[in-house]
Amino acid sequence: MTHLELAADHGHRVAQERLEASPLAIRGLTVSYGEKPAVFSVDATIEDGSMTAIIGPNGAGKSTLLKAALGVIKPLSGTVTVHGKPLESARGRIAYVPQRASIDWDFPARVIDVVLMGLYRELGMIARVTGAHRRKALDCLERVGMGDFAHRQIGQLSGGQQQRVFLARALAQDADLYLLDEPFAGVDAATEKAIIDVLKALKAQGRTVVAVHHDLATITDYFDHVFLINVRKVAEGPVATTFTAETLQKAYGGRLATTQIDDLELGAG
Amino acid sequence: MLFDALTLQLGYNATLVALGSALLGISAGVTGTFLFLRKRALVADAISHATLPGVGLAFIVMVSLGGDGRNLAGLMLGSAVSAWAGLLAVQAITRRTRLAEDAAIGAVLSVFFGAGVVLLTVIQNMSSGRQAGLDGLLLGSTAGMLFQDAMIIAGGGAITLALVLLLRRAMTLVAFDAEYARSIGINTDRIDMLTMLLVMAVTVVGLKIVGLILIVALLIIPPVTARFWTERSELVAAYAGAIGGVSGYIGAAISASAPSLPTGPIIVLTCFALFIVSLFFAPERGVLAAYLRHRRFQRRVHIRQGLLALAQEQPVYEPLTIRLLASEGLARRDGVPTEAGRARAAKALRDEHRWHVVHSLPDYEAVSSLYDGLRDIETVLTADQIAEIDTHIGGPKGVPA
Repeated sequence: MTHLELAADHGHRVAQERLEASPLAIRGLTVSYGEKPAVFSVDATIEDGSMTAIIGPNGAGKSTLLKAALGVIKPLSGTVTVHGKPLESARGRIAYVPQRASIDWDFPARVIDVVLMGLYRELGMIARVTGAHRRKALDCLERVGMGDFAHRQIGQLSGGQQQRVFLARALAQDADLYLLDEPFAGVDAATEKAIIDVLKALKAQGRTVVAVHHDLATITDYFDHVFLINVRKVAEGPVATTFTAETLQKAYGGRLATTQIDDLELGAG
Repeated sequence: MLFDALTLQLGYNATLVALGSALLGISAGVTGTFLFLRKRALVADAISHATLPGVGLAFIVMVSLGGDGRNLAGLMLGSAVSAWAGLLAVQAITRRTRLAEDAAIGAVLSVFFGAGVVLLTVIQNMSSGRQAGLDGLLLGSTAGMLFQDAMIIAGGGAITLALVLLLRRAMTLVAFDAEYARSIGINTDRIDMLTMLLVMAVTVVGLKIVGLILIVALLIIPPVTARFWTERSELVAAYAGAIGGVSGYIGAAISASAPSLPTGPIIVLTCFALFIVSLFFAPERGVLAAYLRHRRFQRRVHIRQGLLALAQEQPVYEPLTIRLLASEGLARRDGVPTEAGRARAAKALRDEHRWHVVHSLPDYEAVSSLYDGLRDIETVLTADQIAEIDTHIGGPKGVPA
């Protein structure tokens, strides 16, 4: 092999190792509704054990990226690997918390029924729900501070409580990788605190958390990594080096006034 | 007569029909529940109407092969094939064009039904078709039901029911949150397709008894009725099965007890009667309960507003408020507060101040979200907490110790 070939080979191997180490690696992902790509040729390599915020302006494809990464919507092109393996063989390691607005909350179910849905992979189609399953579901509800609500009708919950139930359902899956779509959107301060505490506890256990996030003011407090997107990938990396005025300006363009950027607690750049 | 029918003493045919109808009702109610939860009730309409051309074609094929055109199994097979074609047509239109599902359903339903009617007319004019009685399959006709037919209906109903029970967990998940279902690896398209297949199976099984037009009622009315009585999806399915079964049994018995009462329509009307009762009298979701709840709420609001006005010595203008205050002994008919009224008014105003304090204290964030302007503060805070809040308001001033 020539030097060039050796170098290329080495580069290839490094890339392969990064991909295999990553709990979620996305390559060349394009998703299109109609003929306008919502997400175009995006690469992302989520750091193992990180808490990563996906940020970007409205319509930048944040939720779309998350859904496509999960195979919830079908991408036009691109691959997704979980710890280097294809998505389908790693389903059991991923838990998803969708936006609560996407659900009809008048559906006939109690809070505990929703959390038990998180045990579907464990239960399969016919196995009976036992006391042990119910205890596990209750435990997950306790962790989000909703233990007293187990037998409430889901329609009686406030927005923040609905969000916490969705999080409890994801906790029941006992996954390594948690993907959340705007978990803090329209929730009360008590819920926001409950959710971030749970997410930080997950990180402390070595699990990976990825969340679409809209509140730039809390990025530095809540997350250690950011992924900036505006249809195309803008930047990804640790908050300290990537969450900068420059990358924000690139992602948001004129939509984010410089005075707003000045108010944020930014990374060093 | 009706009693004889209900206790299955009205003869062989009536007994067959009653048992078959009950089983059909159970499987239609349980299967329909998942269609209802998925909010795709209309698809049942498309499926059922799309069976008609298959019925006609099956008759023609069986006759031309020298067999009996009225063989139920053959007619069911034909109807299943054309219902399947109709379903695929709806799906293709929805997926490949910008048309919404309701438009696709409307188009497919009418075209298939129209084609079916043409075929039946052709059959009427065939020499072998005079006595075909295929129009009985439109609205059901149980008069000449054979034991063999009853067995096919019972077997088909039982198999459908078993499959629904097997798929119930996946179907519930898909109906509640399809995106989440996909995220945990459920193939939602396949589950939706299987649901439709089961609905189709019920439709085909029900052809003989209630007919293809009325089967939609048996798929949809039982879950809708059951929904009034429970907030749990598995109970909706169970109650819907019970409602469908009871409707089928009683409906068949009623129609057997008089000479010219058609079975299918009577079953549907029995089911509808259960629906009406539920609509009005169900404890939580019924119309009557909702009305009473609204009245109670309105009463609380008026009394609270009246008390706050009295406490601040403002006049109460609304006649309803004065009437309600008077009926509680809180004010006279002319709006002047009674002694009890003054006390309650002072308490209401103090609670109002306390709520203001609660809002301003971060420790009470969770409680403060419960504030609806009506709740007594004692129902959400302990005496100690209220005492603490009161320190922010302060007691009477300028009173010598």
